[in-house]
Amino acid sequence: MRSLFGLLRKEALHIIRDKRTLTVLLLLPVIQVVIFGYAIRTDVDNVRLAVVDPAPDEMTLRLRSRFTAAAVFRTVAVLPNEAPLERLFQKGAAQAALIIEPRFAEHLARGIPARILIITDATDPNTGSTIQGYAERVVQQFEREVRANAGVLQIVPQARLRFNPTAESKNLFVPGLMAFILTIISSLMTAITITREKETGTMETLLVSPLRPWQIIVGKVAPYLALGFISIVGVLLEARLIFRVPIRGSLVLLLAEGLLFILVSLALGVLISARTSNQRVAMLGALVGTMLPTMILSGFIFPIESMPAVLRYLSNIIPARWFVVIARGIMLKGIGLGYLWQETAILVFMALFLLVVSTRSFSERLE
Amino acid sequence: MTSGDLIIEAKDLTRTFGSFTAVDHITFDVHRGEVFGFLGANGAGKTTAIRMLIGLLAPTSGHATVAGFDIARESEKVKQAIGYMSQKFSLYEDLTVRENAALYGGIYGLTDVQIRERTEEMLQRLKFEHAANERVRAIPLGWRQKLAFSVSLLHRPPVVFLDEPTGGVDPITRRQFWELIYETAQGGTTVLVTTHYMDEAEYCDRVSIMVSGRIDALGTPSELKSEYGVGSIEDLFVRLARPAESAGSK
Repeated sequence: MRSLFGLLRKEALHIIRDKRTLTVLLLLPVIQVVIFGYAIRTDVDNVRLAVVDPAPDEMTLRLRSRFTAAAVFRTVAVLPNEAPLERLFQKGAAQAALIIEPRFAEHLARGIPARILIITDATDPNTGSTIQGYAERVVQQFEREVRANAGVLQIVPQARLRFNPTAESKNLFVPGLMAFILTIISSLMTAITITREKETGTMETLLVSPLRPWQIIVGKVAPYLALGFISIVGVLLEARLIFRVPIRGSLVLLLAEGLLFILVSLALGVLISARTSNQRVAMLGALVGTMLPTMILSGFIFPIESMPAVLRYLSNIIPARWFVVIARGIMLKGIGLGYLWQETAILVFMALFLLVVSTRSFSERLE
Repeated sequence: MTSGDLIIEAKDLTRTFGSFTAVDHITFDVHRGEVFGFLGANGAGKTTAIRMLIGLLAPTSGHATVAGFDIARESEKVKQAIGYMSQKFSLYEDLTVRENAALYGGIYGLTDVQIRERTEEMLQRLKFEHAANERVRAIPLGWRQKLAFSVSLLHRPPVVFLDEPTGGVDPITRRQFWELIYETAQGGTTVLVTTHYMDEAEYCDRVSIMVSGRIDALGTPSELKSEYGVGSIEDLFVRLARPAESAGSK
């Protein structure tokens, strides 16, 4: 065990002395959280609205004030006709337009359908349809208000978004971001650090020594387990303090699941390094084999439900997919192992499977 | 061990990779305290042979003992009994000399006291105390190689394997390195060394020349030279290697 301790110490020295890499590893999570928290937001607000109201009357003013009252919209222009709209959309000055037909109040009063047209900039289809949805809700509310004044019976449906009532994307991104960062630190760094020793020739010296292959692997990866753990704690702290992302479930369970996920990623890193002989190939392998799938197929950014069937099946073998479900469950829903045991079991199975395969693959290469 | 005098005994040692036979029934002995040169062109099979002897590769057939341990059945004991300096470089560049020594000493199960004493002794012998706490990266290549060699001897193995230890080193440093090898052999440690430099072969007590997986010549440099009627080991080497090369190029 003394020899293993020496290895751990040596690996820790490698990490501490490689100041540049260490800085990147420590700052990366912090910066990622900030980027995802502020810049990459899928929330839609502050929508620039242009209103075309050729014949303003009491009703059109009320409708317009409804839009203004909704925090989502900001009226940037009120126009007498549609002609300037095209330019406003092209310039991006307007993201949505509300066009009200002339004699709006009169039609309403006589019970003739009063028509409005809502145009949204669907360059980004998701944002476009979200804006559309908001606009329709405003109009429906207005309609109800008008009818209520007229004394007609009505049903008022209310919708409630559970677990993330304000539908904030930052609550969703933190679990995915944890998976992403852990993948970088665990898979990528392990793959690189092991292949580096192959390149420099020191790996051969270790293999010739009385150390067992598993000791060499443990010695190489354990420090990264610690580094990974530090970075989850960092991400959670930052998410909690700066972005007020809730952690409704057990923090201990969340951290334990984090460690489990790190273990899976480390094993993947070892596997990659066992199959490659230089750092560049290992880096590419880790990028394509672990980081891209984590980014794309884990449900971190793109919802798995809306993927084609093939990708949906493929996502099942991505460890991050299960970790994201677990982390979201614990953080946002506050649920425990009772609900998450299946996902946890899958990760445990993946960890065991990959550890066995990667240790074996690592030893095989010595033959 | 059949004789206390033999530190390495190989009998019909063979290794195949698929249909390719890298090492083809080689048989040789190395005596205790001997400097044994392992020569051969690139691809002649000497690295494969060494990898079998140090326990990195299992033999396909045949057997061998190193320091009295069977390489196939007792590879863990073999590993404890040997020192090894790889063809590339075996010290960690971002660790200091002392840290490297402590790491390898620890891996071979030395106690802290042993590590400290032997490291000091090593530094004194090399006259390198002044740079003990320098990172290896900052140390000239020639020195690094001497240090790597000395570190590989820290656990006092009866036999040490050097795989092309003098690659890329200037002639003076090479000479100094060989002095170190002699010192080590005089202390009773067996040195098995592979090399490309034929002048170095002349320094060895005995040499073996591998061609296409087989040992074609084995003996002391002077024996071999008179047996084949050549002026130097280099001439002998070229003579042995050439037919194999032309056969290989067909």
